[in-house]
Amino acid sequence: MTDNNELIRLSAARLAEKLAAGEVTSVEVTQAYLDRIAAVDGGERGVNAFLHVNAEEALAVAAEVDAIRAAGGAEADALHVLAGVPIAVKDLIVTVGQPTTAGSKILEGWHSPYDATVVERLRAAKMPILGKTNLDEFAMGSSTEHSAYGPTRNPWDLDRIPGGSGGGSAAAVAAFEAPLALGTDTGGSIRQPGAVTGTVGVKPTYGSVSRYGAIAMASSLDQIGPVSRTVLDSALLHQVIGGHDPRDSTSLPDPLADLVAAAKTGSVEGMRIGIIKELHGEGYQAGVENRFNDSLELLREAGAEIVEVSCPNFQYALGAYYLIMPSEASSNLAKFDGVRYGLRVLPEDGPMTIERVMGATRAAGFGDEVKRRIILGTYALSAGYYDAYYGSAQKVRTLVQRDFDAAFTVADVLISPTAPTTAFRLGEKLDDPLAMYLNDVATIPANLAGVPGLSLPGGLADEDGLPVGIQLLAPAREDARLYRVGAVLESLLEAKWGGPLLAQAPALGELVEAKEAK
Amino acid sequence: MAAINRDDVAHLARLAHIEMSAQELDRMAGELAVIVDSVKSVSQAAGDDVPATSHPIPLNNVFREDVVGHTFTAEQALSGAPDSDDNRFKVPAILDEA
Repeated sequence: MTDNNELIRLSAARLAEKLAAGEVTSVEVTQAYLDRIAAVDGGERGVNAFLHVNAEEALAVAAEVDAIRAAGGAEADALHVLAGVPIAVKDLIVTVGQPTTAGSKILEGWHSPYDATVVERLRAAKMPILGKTNLDEFAMGSSTEHSAYGPTRNPWDLDRIPGGSGGGSAAAVAAFEAPLALGTDTGGSIRQPGAVTGTVGVKPTYGSVSRYGAIAMASSLDQIGPVSRTVLDSALLHQVIGGHDPRDSTSLPDPLADLVAAAKTGSVEGMRIGIIKELHGEGYQAGVENRFNDSLELLREAGAEIVEVSCPNFQYALGAYYLIMPSEASSNLAKFDGVRYGLRVLPEDGPMTIERVMGATRAAGFGDEVKRRIILGTYALSAGYYDAYYGSAQKVRTLVQRDFDAAFTVADVLISPTAPTTAFRLGEKLDDPLAMYLNDVATIPANLAGVPGLSLPGGLADEDGLPVGIQLLAPAREDARLYRVGAVLESLLEAKWGGPLLAQAPALGELVEAKEAK
Repeated sequence: MAAINRDDVAHLARLAHIEMSAQELDRMAGELAVIVDSVKSVSQAAGDDVPATSHPIPLNNVFREDVVGHTFTAEQALSGAPDSDDNRFKVPAILDEA
C-alpha cells in the first residue's frame, strides 16, 4: 500500500510498473489524482489548471482496466503499457462526453460530436482522462492569462504565470494533479510552460502527431505533443499518440521510431551538441544563462562534443512568426460565426442581418488577444500588403530552415535555454503584447522549420529560485535524438540535485491554504 | 511600409466581422502600430531569389480511396448550433432588405 501523497508523485513509467505488478489499482491511482485536484485546483487561490474534471468517466475507465487485469489472460496481456495511467488533455483538443472551450467564451458549453485522433488513441490505450486543462484563448498567449476562464497559477509561486498557452497542462503535471498531459505547440506553447514550471514538454516533428481534432490556430505551425515530469514519460506518451493518421492530410506517412528505447539509450558519448549563438546571452536572464552553462558542462563531461553554431536568420523568426501565425489564425477562426456552434449574440438594435449577428457574436465571444491577432492577420493578408508581409514572412521561413540545415551538418542536436526568463508575475506583461511575444523567441524557430523540440528542467535561477528550461532541437523526423540526449541530461542533473527538480518545489497544499488565509 | 491607423483597424474589423467600439479601435490601433513596426524588418530579410515556404514539411497529392467514410448524422452536426430548424442551421436574414 502506497501513501496517496507518494503515489501522485510517481512517474508515469513507475505507475505503469506498479499497475502491471498489481501493487496498486488504476481506481486507486485515478482517485488519488482526483483528490489532489479537489485539494489544490479550485477556489480563489487554487492552481486553476482544470476547466473541466471528468471524474466519472475516468473512474469507469480505471475500473475497466482493473477488471481486465484481475481477470488475467489474453486481454490482460494485451493491455497497453500505460493502461490505467491517468492523463489530462488541453482544452483545445476535442473530446466526446466533455465540453471543449478552447479557453474561449465563444465555445462555452460546446460539446464536440467527435474525438480528436489523439484522444481516440488515449482511449484505445485505456488511459483514464482526468479532465480538460486551461489555456490562453485559442492557444494565443504565453501566460494562460488570456483564458476567458481566469489564469492558471504557477505551482512554484501562485502569483506567477505558468507559461502559455498550455499553462494548464504544465501546471497540472507540476502540481501532481496528473502524471501526464497533452499540449499543443504553435510557437512554444508546450515547451515554454514546461520551462517555467520545471516539467518536460515535447513538440514533435510537424506532421508526426495527428492534428485531427485540435482546434486550429495556425495550421502550418500547430503540433500536439506530450507534457510530463520525466523525459521517459514523454517518450511513452509520444509513442501512444504518434504515427500516421489518414484524417490529417499533413500527417507524415513515416512509421514512428522507438522513442522509449531512445530515452533508455543512456549515453551521449561522441554526440555533437550545438550551442546556437543567437539563442543565449544578451536578453537572457543571468540565472537562465548560468543553468544553461551547467547543462553544457554536464554534457561535455559525459562525452558529448559541444560546438557553436550560428543561425543568423533567427533574428527575423519572431517577426515572421507574428505575421504567419495571425494570418493563418484569422482564416481558421472565421468559422466561429454564431451559426454552426457555440455562442450567438444578437445586435442590440438596427437590422438583424447575419453579418451583424456575426459582428456582435465575435465581439462578445472573443477576447482582446484573439481580436488583435485576427485583425493583424487580416491586415497581413490584405491586398497591397500581402507580398510585403505574408510573402516576406514565408521567405524568412525558408531562411530559418536553411539555418537549421546548416547547423545540423555540424551538430546532431542543438541546445538553448527554452525561454529568456523564468516565470514572470501575473499581470506583469498583460498590457504589453510585444513583451509577451518575446517569451517565445527561442521556441519559435522550431515551429517555423517543423523540427522537433524538447524542454526539460535545467535547475533554479540564482536570483529568484524559479525553474529554468533547457531546450533541445533535432532535425525533422529525428525526435528520437531529443529523448536520447534529454534523458541523459536529466539523469545527470538529478544526480547533482539528489532527486527530481520538482522535489524542491514548495509544498503546494500549504501554499494554497496560506494564500486563502491571507 | 505604411503605419496602421484607426481607420485601417475599423476597415479590418469590418472585414473580420468583429464589431468594435470607438475606444476599442483607438486602443487596438495603438497596439497594432507597435507590433507592425516590430515585424517590419521581415520584409527586408530575404532577397527575390529566396523561395517561399508555406508548409514546413510539404506533402503533395495526399489522396485516399474514393469511398464513403464516417459521416455525422444531421442531429450530430446540428448538436452545437445556436439555432436549427427542420435539420438545417437557422440564421437571421442573409441580406439586409432595408
